[in-house]
Amino acid sequence: MFKTIFFFIFFIVINTYSYAVITTGITTLHRGNGAEPETLDLHKSSGIPEATIQRDLFEGLVTESATGELIAGAAKTWQQSEDGTQWTFQLRKMGKWSDGSPVVADDFVYALQRAVNPTTASEYAFILWPIKNAKAISNGENKEITSLGVKAIDDFTLAITLEHPTPFLLGLLAHHMAYPLHRKSVEQGGKKWTRPNKLVSNGAYQLAEWIPQSQLKLIKNKYYHGAANVSIDEVVYYPTEDQSAAMKRFRTGELDITEDVPSSQIAWIKKNLAKNFHNSPYIGTYYIALNLQKPPFKDNIALRKALSLAINRHILTDKITKGGEIPAMGWVPTGMNQYQSQSMPEAKLTQQERIALAKKYYQQAGYSKQKPLEVELLYNTSENHKKVAIALTAMWKQVLGAKVKLRNEEWKVYLNSRSQRQFELIRSGWIGDFNDASNFLDLFRSDVGTMNPSAWKNTNYDHLMQQAEKESDATKRAKLMQKAEQILLEDAVLIPIYHYTTQHLVSEKIMGWQDNVMDIHPSRLLKKHTKK
Amino acid sequence: MWHYFFKRIAGSIPTLFIIITIAFFMIRLAPGGPFDSERPIPAEIAANLDRVYHLNDPLPVQYGHYLLNVLKGDFGPSFKYQDYSVTELIQQGFPVSLQLGVLAIVLSLLIGMILGGLAALKQNSFIDHLVMTLAMTGIAIPNFVIAPILALIFGVLLGWLPAGGWGSWQHMILPIIALSLPQVATVARMTRASLIETLHTPYLRTARSKGLPMRHLLFRHALKPTLLPILSWLGPATAAIITGSVVVEQIFGLPGIGRYFVNGALNRDYTLVMGVIIFYGVLIIVMNLVVDLLYAYFDPRIRYDE
Amino acid sequence: MTNDEQIPLTPTQKAWRRLAKNKAAMTALILLKLITLFCLLGPFLSPWEYDAVDFEHFASPPDWQSKHYFGTDDNGRDLYVRTLYGGRISLMVGLLATSVSFIIGILYGAISGYIGGKTDMLMMRFVDVLYALPFMFFVILLTVYFGRSIWLIFIAIGAVEWLTMARIVRGQTLSLKQRAFVEAAKVCGASTSRIITRHIIPNTLGPVIVYATLTVPQVILFESFLSFLGLGVQEPMTSWGVLINEGAKQMESAYWMMLFPAVLLAITLFCLNFLGDGLRDALDPKDR
Repeated sequence: MFKTIFFFIFFIVINTYSYAVITTGITTLHRGNGAEPETLDLHKSSGIPEATIQRDLFEGLVTESATGELIAGAAKTWQQSEDGTQWTFQLRKMGKWSDGSPVVADDFVYALQRAVNPTTASEYAFILWPIKNAKAISNGENKEITSLGVKAIDDFTLAITLEHPTPFLLGLLAHHMAYPLHRKSVEQGGKKWTRPNKLVSNGAYQLAEWIPQSQLKLIKNKYYHGAANVSIDEVVYYPTEDQSAAMKRFRTGELDITEDVPSSQIAWIKKNLAKNFHNSPYIGTYYIALNLQKPPFKDNIALRKALSLAINRHILTDKITKGGEIPAMGWVPTGMNQYQSQSMPEAKLTQQERIALAKKYYQQAGYSKQKPLEVELLYNTSENHKKVAIALTAMWKQVLGAKVKLRNEEWKVYLNSRSQRQFELIRSGWIGDFNDASNFLDLFRSDVGTMNPSAWKNTNYDHLMQQAEKESDATKRAKLMQKAEQILLEDAVLIPIYHYTTQHLVSEKIMGWQDNVMDIHPSRLLKKHTKK
Repeated sequence: MWHYFFKRIAGSIPTLFIIITIAFFMIRLAPGGPFDSERPIPAEIAANLDRVYHLNDPLPVQYGHYLLNVLKGDFGPSFKYQDYSVTELIQQGFPVSLQLGVLAIVLSLLIGMILGGLAALKQNSFIDHLVMTLAMTGIAIPNFVIAPILALIFGVLLGWLPAGGWGSWQHMILPIIALSLPQVATVARMTRASLIETLHTPYLRTARSKGLPMRHLLFRHALKPTLLPILSWLGPATAAIITGSVVVEQIFGLPGIGRYFVNGALNRDYTLVMGVIIFYGVLIIVMNLVVDLLYAYFDPRIRYDE
Repeated sequence: MTNDEQIPLTPTQKAWRRLAKNKAAMTALILLKLITLFCLLGPFLSPWEYDAVDFEHFASPPDWQSKHYFGTDDNGRDLYVRTLYGGRISLMVGLLATSVSFIIGILYGAISGYIGGKTDMLMMRFVDVLYALPFMFFVILLTVYFGRSIWLIFIAIGAVEWLTMARIVRGQTLSLKQRAFVEAAKVCGASTSRIITRHIIPNTLGPVIVYATLTVPQVILFESFLSFLGLGVQEPMTSWGVLINEGAKQMESAYWMMLFPAVLLAITLFCLNFLGDGLRDALDPKDR
C-alpha cells in the first residue's frame, strides 16, 4: 500500500519537467493577458484578451502603430470615391501567410463573408454593417452571401462598397472582424482550425503552443513582410485573472507586462514601482444609467440633474478609484478622431455651486428631508463597482439626504436585470471598439433596443444621428454628433462618473512601449533588453 | 462483499442520471445566458447565436439531445472557450488538479495523523495544546490569505520559488502547501479525537493493562478503528481536492479544473458546467463506494450483506 | 466530591462538571463570551456608524485622534465598528449554520447507518446527489426567486455542510451497531428510536463534535463566497469573511484592513477548537 503511494509520488515528481530555463539567443516576451482567451476565431471573439493576441497573429488592411494610430497594414495604398461609399485597396505584393503562400484579395473576401454569414453566428457581426448588404445577410434576409459589398478585383486589389459614407471605415478595418483568413486552413481545420500547427496567420507571429489556462505561445512568422524589423522572437501570453497575483509575478520577473493592476494597490505601486507604472486615458466612460421608463426618473429632469450634480467626481477618482481616471461631465471621452467632446452645462460651475444647484433641483423635483428619495442602485459583483457605489450613496445622502440602497447581483443576473430594465439606477460602462464618437452616441438612439440602457427616446437626437450617418464631410458630421451629445447631456439621460484609464506594469527591459488612448501595444513593435 | 459491490455499481447509474437531470434544469433556470455580456448585442445577432447553438429549442428537447450526446461520450463544445470541447478541457486540466490534489492529501494525512496521534497520546498536556494550536492555524487562516502570503514571501521577497505558473516541480510546492494546510488541521483534529476514543474502548484498556507495548498497541489495534471517521471524511474531501480549488488556481495561475466549477457557472457555460458536474459526480460516487468498502476492511464487524 | 455521593447527578450535569475542570476549555469559553460581548457592545465606544463615510480619512491606518481605532477602509468607513458588526454576523452564521448542519447530519447519518440495507442505500445515494449538484446555481436561484435574506444564507450553507457530517456519523454507526451494548439494548426490547438516540448518537459524538468545530471556520469563510454571488450580507452590512477577503488583497499596503478581523476570527476559532475538545472529553460516554 505505502509502496504504491510512494511510487505514485515518485512518478508525479519525475514526470514534471525541469524549472531551469535554458538560455539561448531567443528573446521571449512574457505578457500577462487578463483572462484566458475564449477563442482565437476572429469572428467569434469579443473580448480584449483575444483581440490582443489576434493583433499579433493577423494583420488587417490597415493596422495600428505603437501609438494606436492607423497605418498601412496588408494594404499598401487605398482610395475612396467622391461620395465616400466606394473604397479600393492595393495589397502588398510581399504579404505572406505563415505557410509561405501569398496574402491575396480573396482572403479578405472569404473572411468578411464568413464574418457576416448567419451560420457563423458572430457576436460582433454588427460592426461590419456599414458594408453593403452586410446587415441583410447577417439578419438572414439576404441569402446571397456573395452579394456582400467586398470584391476581389484581382489578386492584389480589393474593392469595398458601403451602404453609406463611413468616415471611420479604416478604424473598422483594423478591427479583428476585418482581418483576412487563410481559406484552406480554415476549411480543412474545421472546428480545430485555431489550434497550434493548424492556424495559419499573416501577422508578425504564428501560434506555437496553447495550453488553456496556462500559457499561449507565439513565435515569429518568418514570412511576415516586416519580419526584419520584428525584434522579439517569442511572445508568451499568460491568463492572469487575479490582478494581485499578476503583480507578484511581475515583481519576480516572471511577467514583463501586466494587463492591469489591482486598483487597491495603486498608491503602493506609485510609491514602489513608479518607473514601471503606465497610467493613461482610455476610450471608455463609467456611468450610472437611469431607468426612464418608470418613476421617479421618468420625465423628471430636475431629479436626474440633482443626483448628477451632487456627486463630487474628484473625490471619487482621487480617493476611491485612484487609477488616474478623468472625472466625466460628458458622455464621449476626449481623444476621439475629429470630435470635440461635450460637457453638461453645469460643468463650468465649482463644486459648491453644483451642490447648491443640486439641492435646488432636488426640491424642485418634490423631495426634501421629510420626504427623501428612496431608490436602489444596482451593481454587479466587483470590488471597484462596490466602492464606487458606496461612495455615490454616501454623497447622495450627505448632499441631498436621499436614501439610495445598494443592490449587488452576480454578473449574469445583473445583465438579465439590465436587459429586463428591472432597476432604477444601474452602474454601467462603455468602452469604444474603434476610434469614433458614433460608437458611443449610437447607444442612445431609440432604435437599438435594449442596447440603450435607459430606454430614452428623443426624436431630435435620433434625427441628428441619422443625418450624421449619411454625412460624408467629417467636420459637418462631427458637428451633428456634437449637437446630439448636447441634447443627451441637457436631458441628463445618464450620470457620467469618469472616463476610464488603462494601467499597466511594464518592465524596464521593455523598449518601444507607448501609452495610447486605444491601449494598443503590438508585440512586433516592442523590444526587450536581454542583458541585465 | 461482491454482491454489495455490484449492487452499488448498479445503483450509481440512476444516481448519476438524477444528478444530470436536476443539474441540467437547475442551470437553465438561472437568469442570463452564455452570450450575455457587458456590451449588449443587437437582437438579430442574438437570434443567430440562439439558433446556431440550439438555445431556442424547447428545454426538454435540449435535454434529450444532451442526454443522447452524453451517452455517446460527447459533452459538447464549451460555450465560453469555444475552440475547445468540454472533454478536452477536462483532459487538459484534470492531470494538474490530480497531481496537486493527491500530493496535498497524502501530505496532509501524513502530517495530520502524526500531529493528531502525538496530541492524543499526551491528551491535555502542553504538547497537546501546542500541536493542536499549530494545526488549527492552518484552518484559521483562510486559503485566500495564506496563498498570497506564500507567494509574497517565497516568490517575491526570497525569490526561492516562482510566484505562479505551471511546468516544473518548483511550481507545485506553494500550491500544495496552500492546499494541504487546512486539510492537515482537519486530519490532526479528527485523529486526536478518534484515537482518544479508541484508546478508551474496553478492549484496548484490557490490552493496555495486560502490558502490551504501546507501539504494538497503536499500530496493531488502535490504528484501524481510529481511521474510521477520517475515512468518512476522506471520500468527499479527496473528490473535492483532486478536482481543484478555484482560489489556489487563480492565485498561482494553475491550469487545473477547479476554476471551471466557479467560472463556468458565472459565465453560464452550460456545457462546461454540466461536464464538470458529471465528472465530479462520478468521482463522488466512486470515492464513497471505495470508502464504504474500506469500512469493512478497517472494521471487520461492519457487514453489508444482511 | 461528597456532594456527588449524596445527590445523583444527571448526565448533563456530570458533563458540565467535567467541562468546568478543563482549564483550556473554560478559558476558551470565557474568551468566546468576551468576544461576543465585544461585538455587541463595542460599537457604542465609537462615535462612528458602520455605514458612515469619513470624507477626511480614506484608507487610513489606525489612529486614536480621529477615533478610527482599527483604521478605515477604502471608502473611508470606520473599521473598528465594521469589524464588530461583521463579527455579529459571522458569529451568528457560524454557530447557527453549524448547529443546523450538526443536527441534520447526526440524525440523518445515524438513521441511515442503523437501519441499513435498502434505506441506507437510498439515503446515501441522496447524499451523493447533493454532493454533486452545482451549488452555485442553487445559490443563484435562491437569490433570484426569494430575494436576499439572512435565512437564505443558513439554508444555502446548511444544504452542503451536513453532508460530510452525515457520512461520518453513518460510518461510526455501521461499526457501533454490531457492538455488544447495542445488541444488549435490542434484546432488552428498546425501540429503534431509543437505540439511535440513547446508544448510537452519544457514542458518535466525539468525532462529530470535533468535526463541527472544524465546520465553523468553513461556514464563516463560505459566507464571504456567498456575498460574491450576491447572496451573503448586503453592503453596507459586512462580515468577517468579507472584511478579510477584501483586506487580503492589499495586505502589503494596508495591513490593518485584514489584521483586526483576521485576528478576531483566529481567536474565535482557537477558542472553539479547545472548547470542542473539552466538550468531547466531557461527553465521552466511556469515561462515565
